[in-house]
Amino acid sequence: MSSEPVISVRGARATLGSRPVLRGIDLTVRQGEVVALLGANGSGKSTAVRSVIGQVPLTDGRIDLFGTELRRFRQWSRVGYVPQRTTAASGVPATVREVVASGRLSRARFGLPSRADRTAVQHAIELVGLADRAKDSVSALSGGQHQRVLIARALAAEPELLIMDEPMAGVDLASQEVLAATLREQVAAGTTVLLVLHELGPLEPLIDRAVVLRDGCVVHDGPPPEAVGQHALPGHDHVHPHAADEPLRTGLLT
Amino acid sequence: MILEMLQSPFMQRALLAALLVGIIAPAVGIYLVQRRQALMGDGIGHVAMTGVGLGFLTSTNPVWMATLVSVLGAVLMELIRIYGRTRGDIALAMLFYGGMAGGVLLIELSDGGSVAKLTTYLFGSLSTVSDADVLAIVLLAAFVVLVSLGLRRQLFAVSQDEEFARVTGLPVRALNLLIAVTAAVTVSVAMRVVGLLLVSALMVVPVAAAQQISRSFKATYALAVAIGVVVALAGTTTSYFQEVPPGATIVMLAIAVFVVLTALATPLARRRAKALENGGANEEACTAPMPGTRRPGDDVRV
Repeated sequence: MSSEPVISVRGARATLGSRPVLRGIDLTVRQGEVVALLGANGSGKSTAVRSVIGQVPLTDGRIDLFGTELRRFRQWSRVGYVPQRTTAASGVPATVREVVASGRLSRARFGLPSRADRTAVQHAIELVGLADRAKDSVSALSGGQHQRVLIARALAAEPELLIMDEPMAGVDLASQEVLAATLREQVAAGTTVLLVLHELGPLEPLIDRAVVLRDGCVVHDGPPPEAVGQHALPGHDHVHPHAADEPLRTGLLT
Repeated sequence: MILEMLQSPFMQRALLAALLVGIIAPAVGIYLVQRRQALMGDGIGHVAMTGVGLGFLTSTNPVWMATLVSVLGAVLMELIRIYGRTRGDIALAMLFYGGMAGGVLLIELSDGGSVAKLTTYLFGSLSTVSDADVLAIVLLAAFVVLVSLGLRRQLFAVSQDEEFARVTGLPVRALNLLIAVTAAVTVSVAMRVVGLLLVSALMVVPVAAAQQISRSFKATYALAVAIGVVVALAGTTTSYFQEVPPGATIVMLAIAVFVVLTALATPLARRRAKALENGGANEEACTAPMPGTRRPGDDVRV
């Protein structure tokens, strides 16, 4: 695998309102890598990925995608983006296929969709295991299935780089497993992934590297921490109050 | 009787105008509803009144002048939405009321117009539709159909998820402005038929009615346009035989369709679920036994 950086962020600073959210971030993602961006709420991880796709303007620093400066980057079909959403629905009913097909617009921006476009859309729907729901309205889906639709929409363009903002938020265990399997296939096919996570969960074995943010700064860049959640973040005292011989119970009574 | 109606030239003009408005109002309205800006048409309608006033003041065709002013107003609204640093809704309120007041003032200042004449634009007046109006309506309607149908995949994507659409590289700002301009043009076209005060209803109600029973965007679009055409033609015809204003009749008919489809929605959904069950998808009822429950023991220590 070559080591050409797919994403390169240097000294990125950004403010929301007057509050600095990113305070000089460096982040490199190489081809084929799976990098997780971790951190508490408000640490700047969402802002970081949204600046990578040009949705948050930087006040300082530089971002390159596939070796092109973000401002001049136009090959958006190489990027699949899964925004942080709890729903894939809007004010008018739309089927799973219609929503997923809109992800294909980065390849066929104007003009009629070709047979290849339709095949890619169908394939993306199959990848997330929603083939039997393709004609159903997205508003009839469960929360986890909404997330699967959003991921299929990003996959419809057959991207080389997947950027996902908390794809596991509010997703039931069954859908988490489906998503992890989908991601595993993509990674095996050579897709580069940058994803924001609250906790590693079922994705843990896939992650090559974890970048932990705190207050808009990178505080860890390396192998994923063993157990991530609030308790494993730096600065959190890890104390086990149980005596060794006592039975460990996780029910209400402990 | 119907034949007699079709032979009268003013009814021919009226029916053609109603048909076109029945097509384009829902075809644009669907994107506004999708973006949850259902009331935008109403706002543009207010702004268009200034255009009507200007038309009278400068003795130009009020349809063209209303188009010009409402396009400017719609673009301004979109710009406020994009760059708005102040409270967006306050800025829009200023625009709406300013537009309405401007219309009333300008029309009183002009020689040919009076507030009484403004009423024909507020509530629609098919009987006064001239040949020049029909030409303007046909041209503008052609533009709206071209945009709404030709760019449906792009407009769908932008209205569904704006941020995602930007990351696909679509010219989102241009498409947003295009929706605003198209909506403004639709308002000017519909003005003669249903009137400025009821324009928004014909843009929104057929879409709302259609989505009671539809599951896809495509079906919602087709059904909304069909409803729009039927109620526009039926309302116009009714106003020929009965002494009722066409605009209000059209809107009441659209609301009636909404009520009927809403009542049909539940039994329809039940039938669909049943058809799915008979198809063998999920025939088994819940037969799984309840999982065993853990009983609390007495070994609790603190």
